[in-house]
Amino acid sequence: MGHLGRCNLHHQASQMTYGLVDGNCFFVSCERIFRPSLKKKPVIVLSNNDGCAVARSDEAKALGIKMGTPWFKIKHLADSHGLVALSSNFALYGDMSDRMMQIIGRFSPLQEIYSIDECFISLDGFNTNLAEYGKSIKETVYKEIGIPTCVGIGKTKTLAKLANHFAKKQKQWNGVCDLTALTRYEIASLMNQTPTREVWGIGRQLDKKLDSMGIQTVFDLVKLDPAKAHKAFSILMADTILELRGIERITLNLAPAPKQEIMSSRSFGNPITSFSDLSDILSELCTKASTKLRKQNSIAKRLMIFIGTSTFRKCQQYQNSRIVQLSHPTSSTTRVINTALQALNVIFKDNIQYSKAGIMLMDLVPAQSCQGELFDEIAESPKSDSLMAVMDKLNAQYGKNTLKVASMGNHDTEGWYTKQERKTPAYTTDWRELLIVKA
Amino acid sequence: MKNSLSTISHIENIPLTINQIGSKAQAGFPSPAEDHAVGRIDLNEILIKHPVATFFLTVKGYSMENAGISDGDYLIVDRALPAKHNDIVIAEIDGDVTVKRLYKRNGILKLKAENLTYPDIVPVPGQEWAIWGVVTFIIKPAK
Repeated sequence: MGHLGRCNLHHQASQMTYGLVDGNCFFVSCERIFRPSLKKKPVIVLSNNDGCAVARSDEAKALGIKMGTPWFKIKHLADSHGLVALSSNFALYGDMSDRMMQIIGRFSPLQEIYSIDECFISLDGFNTNLAEYGKSIKETVYKEIGIPTCVGIGKTKTLAKLANHFAKKQKQWNGVCDLTALTRYEIASLMNQTPTREVWGIGRQLDKKLDSMGIQTVFDLVKLDPAKAHKAFSILMADTILELRGIERITLNLAPAPKQEIMSSRSFGNPITSFSDLSDILSELCTKASTKLRKQNSIAKRLMIFIGTSTFRKCQQYQNSRIVQLSHPTSSTTRVINTALQALNVIFKDNIQYSKAGIMLMDLVPAQSCQGELFDEIAESPKSDSLMAVMDKLNAQYGKNTLKVASMGNHDTEGWYTKQERKTPAYTTDWRELLIVKA
Repeated sequence: MKNSLSTISHIENIPLTINQIGSKAQAGFPSPAEDHAVGRIDLNEILIKHPVATFFLTVKGYSMENAGISDGDYLIVDRALPAKHNDIVIAEIDGDVTVKRLYKRNGILKLKAENLTYPDIVPVPGQEWAIWGVVTFIIKPAK
């Protein structure tokens, strides 16, 4: 339907109705559920290597912190304005996202999970006040998992996205904006106050070009002739204009979106102290994660490993993690293991009773987008074959003492990142890290 | 359609049981259990009514001893349930999270400790109260 829909030459007003529901500053909201003391405070979540702000509470936005601002530039706000910065806690965000999507899924027969914190739903044929319906979605999500959301409703996905933007930025909507209930004039007036960059699919480059053509507001864009837009930009721009006019060009994508991160981790009851045992376990986890990665037909650009002691055990405490940029994106088990073990070599400390280990594959992109990678790899990595053999043996014997330190490469050749220093507990995925409640 | 799919996945979940029973049958005795193969009891069935709204917490402190909640116990908390009078609840008070019994009668709202040496908590003007969730089960070790 997706492609056929785009080719259809008969432009008809959409008979469909879409909702877009998304979590407000989702990562920060996840953290606040388990640390209510963070409510009303400026809070940011940092990117994987604690490098820059990737999520900001409203209070943090009010301090002028922009998306992607490097942490070192705003560090001083911690002392002067009580800014709280947290490392990203993907175990938590992933689980809370699952929960949120399931709750929203109860409100519609069709749901497209668009990203970790937003989804489209079909609201076709609902003979009900849609703004009220949106409000009950919002209230249910908040009640059951404590995540505040906004709901946008429109005749097309692009309009639902735009409605969601209004719901989020304009107080009068109370978090739910239903464009289908507004007159053309009301919609035009809203569009007239909104810059084109707020439209779904209009990035910075397109925005610049539109601006140079004197197209500044969404209303300017809607007035643009789709055929001319097709010529000047692409079919996508023409479709965007049609969608803004209420003509459906982009249908729901019901295939589950590939995951953006894949994590594989384990806690062990009997602590481990030796490097070879830990590397066995890590290799196993790498195998699991890369298998999942290949299953969804993606490749990873970065990976993170983490190891640590149990906070509930009376022993010397140690937690550490490393993020490694892969020189080429990969889904190869051998390369993932190889890289992970090099990272382990860096953070492993002797005489520590390790109780958990894990690997996360990050910055995933579709495998097609990097063709020829398989061949590059064979040429590039002479170690690949011998490692594969080791891995096979490992699989056969279920991982005891198969991988030795001797198989490690030189860890100085990869770019190491700093560890995650401000990570909060995995409140919902690890028995040892539950929220502690005072009695 | 949906029904037949779930039946298939149900069968796929228990092939081990069926195989074992089948191999015994080859020895000559048809197992009387063969037609009754079902999934083993799953604690989640009785402990968790609303999976997406259920969270596990750990207890620290002694204020709820008389309600059977001890230091170190696990609590199963359901956020989907409305908090009613006499429920054991997780409450947020000015950003702190505490477990107490909810008292909500005759216009009086307070959080009661279940230990005589701990005072009840009554709302103070300017304080922010919210109910985080309702405790449905307590998991405690028997030894």
